[in-house]
Amino acid sequence: MRSGDDGPAIRVQGAVKQYGSLQALAGVDLEIAQGEFFGLLGPNGAGKTTLISALAGLTRLSAGRIAVMGQDVVDDYREARRMLGVVPQELVFDPFFTVREVLRIQSGYFGVKNNEPWISELLENLDLTSKADANMRTLSGGMKRRVLVAQALVHKPPVIVLDEPTAGVDVELRQTLWKFIQKLNAAGHTIVLTTHYLEEAEALCTRIAMLKAGRVIALDTTANILRHVSSHALKVRIAESITLPDALREKLVRDEAGELSFSFERYDDVETLLATLRAAGAILQDVEITKPDLEQAFIGMMSKA
Amino acid sequence: MIAFRTLLYKEALRFWKVAFQTVGAPVLTSVMYLMIFSQVLADRVKVYDTVRYTDFLIPGLVMMSVLQNAFSNSSSSLIQSKITGNIVFVLLPPISYREFYGAYVIASIMRGIVVGLGVWIASLPFAQVGVTHPLWALAFALLGGAMLGTLGIIAGIWADKFDQLAAFQNFMIMPLTMLSGVFYSIHSLPPFWQGVSHLNPFFFMIDGFRYGFFGVSDVSPWLSLGVVAVALVVFAIVCLEMLRRGYKLRH
Ligand SMILES: Nc1ncnc2c1ncn2[C@@H]1O[C@H](COP(=O)(O)OP(=O)(O)O)[C@@H](O)[C@H]1O
Ligand SMILES: [Mg+2]
Repeated sequence: MRSGDDGPAIRVQGAVKQYGSLQALAGVDLEIAQGEFFGLLGPNGAGKTTLISALAGLTRLSAGRIAVMGQDVVDDYREARRMLGVVPQELVFDPFFTVREVLRIQSGYFGVKNNEPWISELLENLDLTSKADANMRTLSGGMKRRVLVAQALVHKPPVIVLDEPTAGVDVELRQTLWKFIQKLNAAGHTIVLTTHYLEEAEALCTRIAMLKAGRVIALDTTANILRHVSSHALKVRIAESITLPDALREKLVRDEAGELSFSFERYDDVETLLATLRAAGAILQDVEITKPDLEQAFIGMMSKA
Repeated sequence: MIAFRTLLYKEALRFWKVAFQTVGAPVLTSVMYLMIFSQVLADRVKVYDTVRYTDFLIPGLVMMSVLQNAFSNSSSSLIQSKITGNIVFVLLPPISYREFYGAYVIASIMRGIVVGLGVWIASLPFAQVGVTHPLWALAFALLGGAMLGTLGIIAGIWADKFDQLAAFQNFMIMPLTMLSGVFYSIHSLPPFWQGVSHLNPFFFMIDGFRYGFFGVSDVSPWLSLGVVAVALVVFAIVCLEMLRRGYKLRH
């Protein structure tokens, strides 16, 4: 958060990563503004971790470039890495050390001296204080994950990237983690998150990129993605199957054993939909209105792309 | 600078925390060599006119311990970090490849010297060898430790599995140290094998180190110093280039 600089927190230009004949990234362009809570979504193998690795300097791109807070991750790698905190996807730890030792050492790697007050604050916020002097080996998976988060934050990086941080972490722990990350975001840190839990992205992220086979197939605010891909749906159960009039047929999104779902834009449309159904001879047994969710959006986009 | 110091501290703490295995075990091994070889060979092997065999053996064993443990330190640390994945903790921060190299090599030298000192102290009940030229001895210990620490980094980065590293150790490092004149003076070898020994940089490290103790050696200590320094520079260049490119560390 260098003052007077409001360029993007992350800028990815034409990122290509080739693993032999496999293209893990097939030309990704992306800009993430400072202060955003950004979601990077996509099925397994989409290239999310590869993109994060390139961002963090763990992988070198075959083509293209990436900058963090205006610093190129290859040419100005020292400055770029100082701006970045990465929570890796794999649950890795160093079995030789205690939690506090790990955090002190990690601070030193980033050139931060006398980091005790911030380390204590991290431990407190991540519910790790009681484990501060425990060896890493003795911690549960969820606790190791939280230590990874703390390690990524020792140098108070303006940009924080979390690669599936809640995989295999219990619900209570997730809440602790998100509360803390939201606090950091409110304090001005840019957050980039990949997750498999779509409701998480929906609840937290202001903007989302969907990745598939190394390409960005959608990039918009969470609200817009939800609006575009799946409008509200009216779900009805009818007694006997009927022949749908054309006006209804084009609004039909799902037909499962007598359960029909129709999309609609405005609540006024519900009346018309129901009236048309009755006119076509349908006997309604159940009516339900469902809100759009990211899961539908996700499935919709993935099948189209 | 803080990053370099921290990485050095972490590498040193890593072996010190398990000193029983990383220092105690190699000291014990060397003491076993000393007991057995000095008992069995003391009356049969004649090396220098002025030096008893047991005395001759001790600096060789000390230096062998320095070399093997320096190699062991960097190579095992790196392969463990690679296999468990915690290597990311040193790849994510803004640590330059030179700092990385320096920290791993110096930690390796430290482990080598600690074990070497341990072997020397443990040998005192058997024979009290004096050090005629301490600076020569120190110079060879430092350069030899640096060279093996460097080789350890190269091997640790190159190997993908523990058995590849073990192969490197068993088929390169062990034969080269064993054939370096730790247990004998190469003057007692047939001319052909004397020639072969002169191709082995480990021979010059042991011989030069021994000169520091007795003031006598198979070849001039200056020659040994030159060979060891050149070998170190060559390996250091290879190693630094691997690190700069991120060979096997940053895909
Ligand atoms: N080191 C590697 N070598 C070869 N292929 C890789 C490597 N890392 C990732 N891949 C491949 O690249 C693709 C993208 O992987 P990844 O970025 O891990 O996806 P995601 O994180 O979205 O699940 C996958 O097909 C994966 O198999
Ligand atoms: Mg991934």
